[in-house]
Amino acid sequence: MLNTDSNSKNINVFMYKFWSDFSESKVAVISLLILIAIVLIAIFAPLISLSDPYDLSKVSIMDSRLPPMAKNFAGDIFILGTDGAGRDMLSAIFYGLRVSLGVGVMSAIFALIIGTIFGISAAFFGGKYETFIMRIVDIQLSFPSILMALIILAAFGKGIEKTIIALVLVQWAYYARTARAAALVERSKEYVEAAQCLALGNKKIMFNHILPNCMPSLIVVGTLQTAHAISLEATLSFLGLGLPITEPSLGLLIGNGFQYMHTGDFWISIFPGVALLITIVSINLVGDQLRDMYNPRLKK
Amino acid sequence: MTAFILRRSSQSIIVLFIMSLLVFSGVNLVGDPVEMLINPEADQAEVERVIKELGLDKPITEQYWYFLMNAFKGDLGTSFIFGEPALKLIVQRMPATIELALFSLFISLIFAIPLGIYAGLKPESKISKTIMAGSILGFSMPTFWVGILFIMFFAVYLGWLPSTGRGEIGSFLGVKSSLFTLDGLSHIFLPALNLALFKLSSVIRLTRAGTREIIHQDYIKFARAKGVAESRVINVHLLKNILIPIVTIIGLEFGSLIAFSTVTETVFAWPGMGKLIIDSIYNLDRPVIVAYLMIIVIFFVFLNLLVDILYTLLDPRVRIQGSN
Repeated sequence: MLNTDSNSKNINVFMYKFWSDFSESKVAVISLLILIAIVLIAIFAPLISLSDPYDLSKVSIMDSRLPPMAKNFAGDIFILGTDGAGRDMLSAIFYGLRVSLGVGVMSAIFALIIGTIFGISAAFFGGKYETFIMRIVDIQLSFPSILMALIILAAFGKGIEKTIIALVLVQWAYYARTARAAALVERSKEYVEAAQCLALGNKKIMFNHILPNCMPSLIVVGTLQTAHAISLEATLSFLGLGLPITEPSLGLLIGNGFQYMHTGDFWISIFPGVALLITIVSINLVGDQLRDMYNPRLKK
Repeated sequence: MTAFILRRSSQSIIVLFIMSLLVFSGVNLVGDPVEMLINPEADQAEVERVIKELGLDKPITEQYWYFLMNAFKGDLGTSFIFGEPALKLIVQRMPATIELALFSLFISLIFAIPLGIYAGLKPESKISKTIMAGSILGFSMPTFWVGILFIMFFAVYLGWLPSTGRGEIGSFLGVKSSLFTLDGLSHIFLPALNLALFKLSSVIRLTRAGTREIIHQDYIKFARAKGVAESRVINVHLLKNILIPIVTIIGLEFGSLIAFSTVTETVFAWPGMGKLIIDSIYNLDRPVIVAYLMIIVIFFVFLNLLVDILYTLLDPRVRIQGSN
């Protein structure tokens, strides 16, 4: 009982310290609010959309390529216009955010887990195992992520789970490198030595003792890599190699608008792009602030 | 120095070998090699003939040996679509891609280094904050979307610049390039700027970070205390030291420019090897995909080697470590 009390107090103190550091930058706070709004939109997309853009019975080809703020016969207003199939752009963007965020966050989490396991165990066990893992990481990081993703998707074909696999395979190396660097510092500290003297199992020392102390740097990398994953998925889907047409992410929406580009129907690809940009910028700004907070070299 | 280069080169050859093994197994083990390497419209007799010809009836180790031997001879298969050797197709399109990548590297460096140094020297000024905010934006904007915006604004709305193709190709000292004609320049400008934007931001951030760290070093303080002119402090003492990480990143960024050119080339219909690989993936033109991957792997391994060697030339500390 006493223990849980002091634990929750510790968490409160930690949260307070975290928030006072984080809110030093107004830009970061605003970005965080925007990000929360975007996540809420993505989660509640079916509730707040004008209509389900993928319900064929509700979409009429008569409404295709209407400019922003246009009305159709039924009197519905399309705030951001409609695309080539007559879908409301705003609703399509809400649904697209859902897919883009889902794929980005999911692949970031899987990559984080895999990368962390390899990174921490490499630092912990050292020797040939570490050399082997880090060699793979080095080789992989010397190739640009877009190229790695292209190679993987060219071999596997497109699809939502294949895209996630490709993103995870591309990104685990970043987490592995970060986790190893952080774990190497922790490994030489006294508490690890103490835990080893108590004859605790390797697994327990790695994941209960070392891992929590590596979390700050992993969270920073995780935030920035999520933005990267979203952007990469959009690029791949735009190229027609990522998600299938049945899972329209923001990248696919932009790709759909690309064919109307020369006709001047700018809204079909501009607005999904703006949504994508706002999402990525706000994640990056939050990530930047987190990085500044945990970078000892910038501490005054 | 020689020992370092030799050891580093032998490491590169090992990496090259491993990557060739990966590409080979990617093509031959993950997918069905028959389906991957033979035209889907071929009849049974043709399929059997090609299986024999490719040595697919032989053990896998022997197959890899064939693959390597053929690759050494420059034979990476024949394109289904064009009916020409895959290697030839890629080599034909390579100059267009390299010219695009070099031009955008040039654009990003001449803007990024001065802006980055300025932002690092005066981190609190309004201009620096604007530069940094702009770099975050540039960093976050997906390349393909910026490309679309460029086309919509400069090509469709203003009608100033063409949005597709490579334009007229000029020749200078035996080198053929769009850079030597006005028409070619007008064609390369938008895609190159598009490709440069992402690099511009990362080089600005890197230069600024380097400047901020180095400006507080003792040797800078000493140089100033000694009365060295500020311009010399910046152009010699500071610039030399921030160049070390920048050269590394430029080498690697040049590689990523080549990789990202797949996107830019698709948006601007630039006839380079990036557009070729995307088209080949669409058309399931597998020999071209394999050939592209092999060439890009070789390219990257050599680029990394080059960066490491340049690194030792710039930073004596690495050289001393390397010779031990």
